[in-house]
Amino acid sequence: MHGALRPDGVSGRRRLSLAWLGTVPFFAYALMFLFLPAGEVLVGAFKGAHGGWSTTNLRELVHQPYIGAYKTSIEVSGVTALLGGATGLAIAYAAIREGTPRWIRSILTTFSGVAANFGGIPLAFAWIATIGTLGIVTTFLKNQLGFNMYQHGFTLFSKTGVEIVYMYFQIPLMVLVIAPAIDGLRREWREAAANLGANSWQFWRHVALPVLMPSILGSVILLFGNAFAAYATAYALTSGTVNLVPVVIGAYYTGNVFNNPHLGQALALGMFVVLAVMMVIYIPLQRRAARWAR
Amino acid sequence: MSRRRIAPSAFVWLLLAAAYFLVPLIATFLFSLRSNQTGKCCTLHAYGWVFHNGQFWQTLRLSAELALETIVISLAIFVPTVYWVHLKVPRLRVVIGFLALIPFVVPPIVLVVGLLNLYKGTPSWFYAQPWGFLATAYVILAFPYMFFSLDAGFRAIDVHTLTEASQSLGASWPTTLLRVVVPNIRTAALAGSFLALAIVMGEFTIASLAAFKTFPIELEYVNETQAYPAAAATLLSFGITWAAMLSLLFIGRKRGQRAPFLAGAR
Amino acid sequence: MPYLELKDLHRDFGTVKALDGIEVALGQGEFLSLLGPSGCGKTTALRLVAGFDRPDAGSIVVDGKDVTHVSPSKRDMGMVFQAYSLFPNMTASQNVEFGLKIRGRSRGDRHKRVGELLELVGLGHAGDRYPHQLSGGMQQRVALARALAIEPRVLLLDEPLSALDAKVRVQLREEIRRIQLELGITTLYVTHDQEEALSISDHVAVMYRGRIEQMGSPAEMYSAPATPFVAEFIGTMNRLEATVVDGASGMVDHGGVTLTVNAARDRQRGDRVLVLVRPETLELAPANGDGGPNTLVGDVVTQTFLGPVTRLKIVGRGADLIADVPTAKAATLPVGTRVTATLPAEGARLLELTDEPRPEIPEEPGPGDP
Repeated sequence: MHGALRPDGVSGRRRLSLAWLGTVPFFAYALMFLFLPAGEVLVGAFKGAHGGWSTTNLRELVHQPYIGAYKTSIEVSGVTALLGGATGLAIAYAAIREGTPRWIRSILTTFSGVAANFGGIPLAFAWIATIGTLGIVTTFLKNQLGFNMYQHGFTLFSKTGVEIVYMYFQIPLMVLVIAPAIDGLRREWREAAANLGANSWQFWRHVALPVLMPSILGSVILLFGNAFAAYATAYALTSGTVNLVPVVIGAYYTGNVFNNPHLGQALALGMFVVLAVMMVIYIPLQRRAARWAR
Repeated sequence: MSRRRIAPSAFVWLLLAAAYFLVPLIATFLFSLRSNQTGKCCTLHAYGWVFHNGQFWQTLRLSAELALETIVISLAIFVPTVYWVHLKVPRLRVVIGFLALIPFVVPPIVLVVGLLNLYKGTPSWFYAQPWGFLATAYVILAFPYMFFSLDAGFRAIDVHTLTEASQSLGASWPTTLLRVVVPNIRTAALAGSFLALAIVMGEFTIASLAAFKTFPIELEYVNETQAYPAAAATLLSFGITWAAMLSLLFIGRKRGQRAPFLAGAR
Repeated sequence: MPYLELKDLHRDFGTVKALDGIEVALGQGEFLSLLGPSGCGKTTALRLVAGFDRPDAGSIVVDGKDVTHVSPSKRDMGMVFQAYSLFPNMTASQNVEFGLKIRGRSRGDRHKRVGELLELVGLGHAGDRYPHQLSGGMQQRVALARALAIEPRVLLLDEPLSALDAKVRVQLREEIRRIQLELGITTLYVTHDQEEALSISDHVAVMYRGRIEQMGSPAEMYSAPATPFVAEFIGTMNRLEATVVDGASGMVDHGGVTLTVNAARDRQRGDRVLVLVRPETLELAPANGDGGPNTLVGDVVTQTFLGPVTRLKIVGRGADLIADVPTAKAATLPVGTRVTATLPAEGARLLELTDEPRPEIPEEPGPGDP
């Protein structure tokens, strides 16, 4: 009688542990190929050149050129995240709002899906072909309009150039990430606001922006992380002339500078810390955004 | 407000967006038509060079195979896992979702460093082969995208009811998984797969540091040596990703997305 | 002088005529329901009045002024949407206050008015709650308060109760009517639920395929439907196809049985007509002999318990009827009993029988359908 009314403690426990077992393959894989390598890097940062524990490498980070690399990386990431975020928001809203034909949104979404992944070498090269020293636009401006950008101090192979190129995948990423949130802006809100006498600007100020803000902030943080971690594009564009953290790390492992791998790991730890801070801010923001999407 | 025309500000933004995004592509195209001799338009020589270049096709094929391998391994690991989690251990969903953010915090440049060190001593059939080392790493790169796609797909179906119905009709676990569950999350699985495809076809960092010759690596090499063919190859690379995304769109549409809402006609 | 007029409104979506010449004249303080199935155009009409859409032809006049081309934010109308219209980032009070804030009323004024309105809808205590903390019924009350806060000239409601539970629906519709009467506000109400429309409106307009089939008081709509569609749509109706035998006495022949129907008195012999009889007007009795005048004979085939009333389906030669009897009486007429069903001569309606196919009433979308 008791057994029928009360959940069986023994088999209940066994059942639960069997359930967890089902996820072992996944966790094993993640352990072997994500946690352990990541851990290896993070722990290695605390090791010295001679095998023992040391914070020498970490302390190196605050000196040039490493601290400069962090500053540049953070600056580039911040600029492209904010600009990309604002632009992406405007473009996404323009495509999704009422009045815009539906096919525009489809095209924008598809294109953004491609462009957000179109990074690295091809992207760098596309921009070289556009505004590089012999780029199409460069020569057009020079020959047709008599304006030589490069003589006026502009160069694609600089921090500014990297920022311009990064926007090419930052904006689409923003469009992709913020589109569901804009979808969540129920048409009834806009209509109710109009019905109650509000104009566009008042609607945005009182309703749309407050509702979107957690999503916007979360997306901007995602953009920041995305730019901060980018390696291939920066490498292809500048071959190391612009001082960015991923490029410096890459130099440690592709160049001949193998005598202190722990410094490379220290740099990686620095990256991890920056990104982890971003994540810590991002997660509660996402939860807040989801609450209003109901 | 049911406008029948596009808002002027929307039009401006979309025009600017089109300009910014299309100009580099057009420029690349024009660039690829330049001839080696005159440095000006117009010749298809660059494309000819690309298509006749053995290395180009070889690396393209390698990347495609890697993509396929990555997709297969990812699906094999993640589909049962996500299914199991949704069905039996929902609390783990949050945990795995959190883990899926780790690849953003431990980017490829960091990951490859760790992987190279950790698996240095493993046999060369794994460590030195793209099908071993590289595919393994790519599964990790694809993991967040796969997970979020599959998670969304599983959330949209009623896993418990489907499973119980299947089992009450006598099906075993593998049958239930393969013949009942998988067909219902097909769209999500395909979405994740196409994202994985795009990732692998464009991945440079890990391949570069681990010294494998994949398609993006070859592109970079061409980039450094032959300017005009590089432009042609760039456009091809763009075209491949575009094709993958279009396929995604078609598949999504076939699965019955919401029909366009006819304003007010209720 | 009518307060709200819809004059010959037309609205096409591509080849679909959503509105095909709608004419309405509503007096001040009156409550009109637009009733009809999905796709009949009732919501389209409401949205035109609100200003969220422009008609292709026709005009909308409020208090003598043409507002057809006025933007929705300037029409001074209050709208209650079907669902999801509360601003999620604001509390109930802030939602109600929104229209007043836009109009620049002082803080003190706003607070007072918000308090009054929340009391009016029975939510005086819930002002600080966010929409996601309120039940569906409470959300709609807040939506109503918000629409009324700006003292609109016309109140528009777009199926406000469709997304709510049955019990809440009944409660809330009575409150809406009470508030409307108290404030004397001209109201246009859209619904597909006939019970709702009939119970709270001054006038009901049944719409079908973009046209108003019939407009009148709830009682008129129920007892005197003017078209086959209205007859089908409102309540349950027995349809008997018949041919007029004698116009002077009102005799018609239905499947070999002669019935007297007062409404047939002005007809010609040979006219084909549709005799409409409400289920509750049929008198049932166990058959012994062959019944009396105006009687159809058949067997009870099914009984459906509906609470106070039980619905009997009766099938027989020439008789395929639905009759509603008090549940107690239904016990005396179990399935299988042969019964006589008597039609009261004056209780039936008559319509022309045309060759038009029987009107199809589209199914309402279920909960969770797009």
